[in-house]
Amino acid sequence: MTDTGFLLRSSPHLKARDSVPKIMYAVVISLMPAMAASFYFFRLKALAVYLICLAGCLATEAVFLRVRKKPMSSLWDGSAVITALLLAMTLPPDLSWDIVLIGSVIAIALGKQVFGGLGNNIFNPALVGRAFLQVAFPVAMTTWSPPATLVIDTVTYATPLGNLKFQGALAQGTLTPLSDLFWGNTGGCLGETSSLALLLGAAFLLFRKTIDWRIPAGAILALGAFTGIFWLTSPQEYASPLFHFLAGGFILGAFFMAPDMVTSPITPTGAWIYASGIGLMVGLIRLFGGFPEGVMFSILFMNTFVPIINRYTRPRILGQRRGT
Amino acid sequence: MSTKSLSAEYLKGLWDENPVFRQLLGMCPVLAVTNAVINGIAMGLAASFVLILSSVVVASIKKLIPTQVRIASYIVVIATFVTVADRFMAAYFPPISKALGPYIPLIVVNCIILGRQEAFSSRNSVGRSFIDALGMSTGFVLALLVLSSIREILGAGTFLGMQVMGSWFKPWIIMILPAGAFITLGILLGIALLVEQKTRERRAS
Repeated sequence: MTDTGFLLRSSPHLKARDSVPKIMYAVVISLMPAMAASFYFFRLKALAVYLICLAGCLATEAVFLRVRKKPMSSLWDGSAVITALLLAMTLPPDLSWDIVLIGSVIAIALGKQVFGGLGNNIFNPALVGRAFLQVAFPVAMTTWSPPATLVIDTVTYATPLGNLKFQGALAQGTLTPLSDLFWGNTGGCLGETSSLALLLGAAFLLFRKTIDWRIPAGAILALGAFTGIFWLTSPQEYASPLFHFLAGGFILGAFFMAPDMVTSPITPTGAWIYASGIGLMVGLIRLFGGFPEGVMFSILFMNTFVPIINRYTRPRILGQRRGT
Repeated sequence: MSTKSLSAEYLKGLWDENPVFRQLLGMCPVLAVTNAVINGIAMGLAASFVLILSSVVVASIKKLIPTQVRIASYIVVIATFVTVADRFMAAYFPPISKALGPYIPLIVVNCIILGRQEAFSSRNSVGRSFIDALGMSTGFVLALLVLSSIREILGAGTFLGMQVMGSWFKPWIIMILPAGAFITLGILLGIALLVEQKTRERRAS
């Protein structure tokens, strides 16, 4: 490594046992259960999406590192691998390979490298890739197939949230049962179907203190409070907070995407503001927005506020007067 | 008074002082109407018409305009030609006029045009102002053409309405939406800066 960009001062130094690759591979490990679940539910289709994402992200990263004359070793620091895995988890299993490839190139190129690489990106790269695909190929991105474990005779299959929003599942009593949401026996993006697998990985990250517990906690509280109020006022019209917690990409977003170290606030107060903003936005979009799911847009939306949140939640320096 | 040769006066609008890529002027039409090549060309030609004629008129009456009200006077001149362009388009090319919507009348407040009057025509001869406006217009049309070609080819798979991409191609709908305009413009600006940097390095060495 040449110039690290860090100013070296004289001792004493505080040493952290974590490094970028260590943190990144901890996240990769925590994603393993959810990946395993997606292989179980969507079989080889899932594997293909993961492999294309990995190839696309790593190749794009390598090209950028080469052109920008950065050390090639940072290709393997794990950040591009995580972007690839997270992006794959947010894609529908039947997406054709060229769209997946475009998404992974965009995720690294426009989501991360144009800002100057890891540490400088404003938005979560995987979500940038997904948002691009969502707007560029709206039909392909909302065509879902049932998991291989469900024996039904249809080609397309609505996600639990799509069912709730567009087909009036609550009124007809066809709402996806909570147990299916928990185990993952539903349609949806690769990594979002099984809440159990995601929570296992999330528990590992929380235990290891890789992610700030305030961010998932704040998002869950805000979403729970928002959807809970509507549920309590008219339960026949709105789904329960537990349904909203388990359905769609909320767990994936709250535990794996929102707490991304680069794109989340660094102060504890800031983390609460950021997280509750995400939870509220998810509730708002799901209940009243045009899309059935709003986790991606909520996180990207709150990402834009991170610099200003950091600025206004800076802790007071000892001796400094309040309000200065 | 400028001492540049007339050809240099023309060429500066193409790259060195390109209104879109180097001066970042007139961003509103650049982003809004470049979703199809035909719209981009129409917008470019309409703005060029207004720019060239306004420059000539302003340069020829510059001694009559009191400094205090010069901006208002330029606007009156520009608005006259914009009205001509707007009515002309509405009469002869109704579909394009409809597609461009309010952006033709909005040429009145296009910064490229006002900027050229303030920075150039108000202090140069009629001939020079004409050449300058011609160069700026060419630069503007070229920029719109590049931007709208990229967006139409990727966003619809067509060029001027003709299918250019094979049937395997899935249109990137985002490219004809506003987000695609920002992404394309951002990437092009980055490339323009890079080219500029490289040429400066080469000149220095």
